[in-house]
Amino acid sequence: MSTATLSPAAAKADTPIPLRAHLRHTGALIRRNLLWIRQDPESMFDAVLFPVIFTLLFVYVFGGSIGQSLGGGQDRYVQYVIPGLLAMMGMNMAQGVGTGFNQDFNSGVMDRFRSLPIGRGSVLFAKIAVELMRMLFASVVLMVVAVLVGYDIKHWPGLLASIGLSAVFGSALMWVFLTLGVVMKNAQSVQAMGFLVLMPLQFGSSIFAPPASMPGWLQAFTDYNPLSTLADTARGLMEGGPIAHDLWVTLIWSVGLTAIMAPVAIHKFRTKS
Amino acid sequence: MTRIDDNPTGVGHAVTVRGLVKHYGETKALDGVDLDVREGTVMGVLGPNGAGKTTLVRILSTLIAPDAGQATVAGYDVVRQPRQLRRVIGLTGQYASVDEKLPGWENLYLIGRLLDLSRKEARARADELLERFSLTEAARRPAGTYSGGMRRRLDLAASMIGRPAVLYLDEPTTGLDPRTRNEVWDEVKAMVGDGVTVLLTTQYMEEAEQLASELTVVDRGQVIAKGGIEELKAKVGGRTLRVRPLDPLQLRPLAHMLDELGITGLASTTLDTETSTLLVPILSDEQLTAVVGAVTARGITISAITTELPSLDEVFLSLTGHRASAPQDAAPADDRQEVAV
Repeated sequence: MSTATLSPAAAKADTPIPLRAHLRHTGALIRRNLLWIRQDPESMFDAVLFPVIFTLLFVYVFGGSIGQSLGGGQDRYVQYVIPGLLAMMGMNMAQGVGTGFNQDFNSGVMDRFRSLPIGRGSVLFAKIAVELMRMLFASVVLMVVAVLVGYDIKHWPGLLASIGLSAVFGSALMWVFLTLGVVMKNAQSVQAMGFLVLMPLQFGSSIFAPPASMPGWLQAFTDYNPLSTLADTARGLMEGGPIAHDLWVTLIWSVGLTAIMAPVAIHKFRTKS
Repeated sequence: MTRIDDNPTGVGHAVTVRGLVKHYGETKALDGVDLDVREGTVMGVLGPNGAGKTTLVRILSTLIAPDAGQATVAGYDVVRQPRQLRRVIGLTGQYASVDEKLPGWENLYLIGRLLDLSRKEARARADELLERFSLTEAARRPAGTYSGGMRRRLDLAASMIGRPAVLYLDEPTTGLDPRTRNEVWDEVKAMVGDGVTVLLTTQYMEEAEQLASELTVVDRGQVIAKGGIEELKAKVGGRTLRVRPLDPLQLRPLAHMLDELGITGLASTTLDTETSTLLVPILSDEQLTAVVGAVTARGITISAITTELPSLDEVFLSLTGHRASAPQDAAPADDRQEVAV
């Protein structure tokens, strides 16, 4: 960059930020994002409505016929689809994170944050933390609706583990959407982009229907589609059955996405002009 | 070009910029800018939209990296020591950068916490600054409900939380009505009284004269003039005196009289026949007094008399020989756009 001579102060390296300061900054920004929700409670609508609408829609519209193919009826389908929807919750919240972030950038407030002596990731970590809280809330709503439509919780630890895994994959996806939020011009394009990417992943998966009746090429896709493996892991954890392959694929996706996209998002955040 | 080369007072430089370059594709937002701001002074950076003012502020506040050149603020290098640098600066943007969804108090508390104040300190500082900027009553209301002037004051308060050594004011009054503008000016003057060094960017000669002690004039990414306010004003012709005689027929005799009067250094007068006004470029208060004295002595009845500062356009015209904004070949029409590239 600059090849000019060093001034005395420039000889010292830049001071690192202690971990405690990082936590304090992230905490302060989490508080900010929670205050947003208090200011604008409607922003929680998606967390409430999504689980309700998807559950009712799939159970009552497709439940009977898909249930038959599973060798049962609607009851059989409820047991099938609820773990899938639960697994999807992390992804669903991830979609929104880029949109809100993008709006932040278009107001001047991000400039202020970036001109403060805080860690590069604090703003992003805080955003993810609050989205995960929203996801937990949505998961609770989902399980309440699930029980109301007749879901039988057989295995509580499995249920909690599924929520945890959905959060892990969701936060990995959030880095992707945060990157989009920083890079793209406006909130609408972030939303449209998210929809385009996630729509095929979501429906080309085992979330809503068993892939057994799908054509071979699509089955090959669903085998490694992280949303499928995530849904199947959740099913295994909640209903019983083998999970090893699905769990591994899901974890590899989560770790891989995070390892690649988190540094990209933080870098883009810092260097955005 | 007038340069302040030496620093006889021995006061250190709070901001030092050497050969700063930032290009956005073909657009040269900054094309080799040098700048020194002495500690405890207000440096005005005057220029039209697209001159590179905002790019300069964004580099000096570590928001963007320069393509070439060097800049230090309070001794810290913008590229190598961004974190230390961020601790000693305050930034007030062209577009008030407060969180509109958060109440005023929460905005200030948040920034206090991000600047490593304890909860107690952050609370106390938020209360104190709201009081100082007369926002206590609106403390619990979302900043989005504030008027333009209130928002700008909250923005100033936010930039003061860390007791910065250097404060950047990027067009602090753009888009404000005259009354609110005066309010903001008063706040800025009070802050300067506290000893903070200020880098002020503005499009208004009047604002620069109100707040700055020294001035750097920029155009198309380059410094075209620098020096003390008085020095530059002398250079661009100082103020303009407008005299309108009651009887329009007196206009020409009046002009002749002033031209022949031989007031030292008085430039030639011009007539504005449309408004029956005589325009006299004035360099000093002595000249102003002499002209007014001469007019009165002649017994000519005056219906209007005003003085005005040269506009940015006039400053540019006299410094560069071209108008302030030549949109076709110059940088994009405004600084904000230039940033978005």
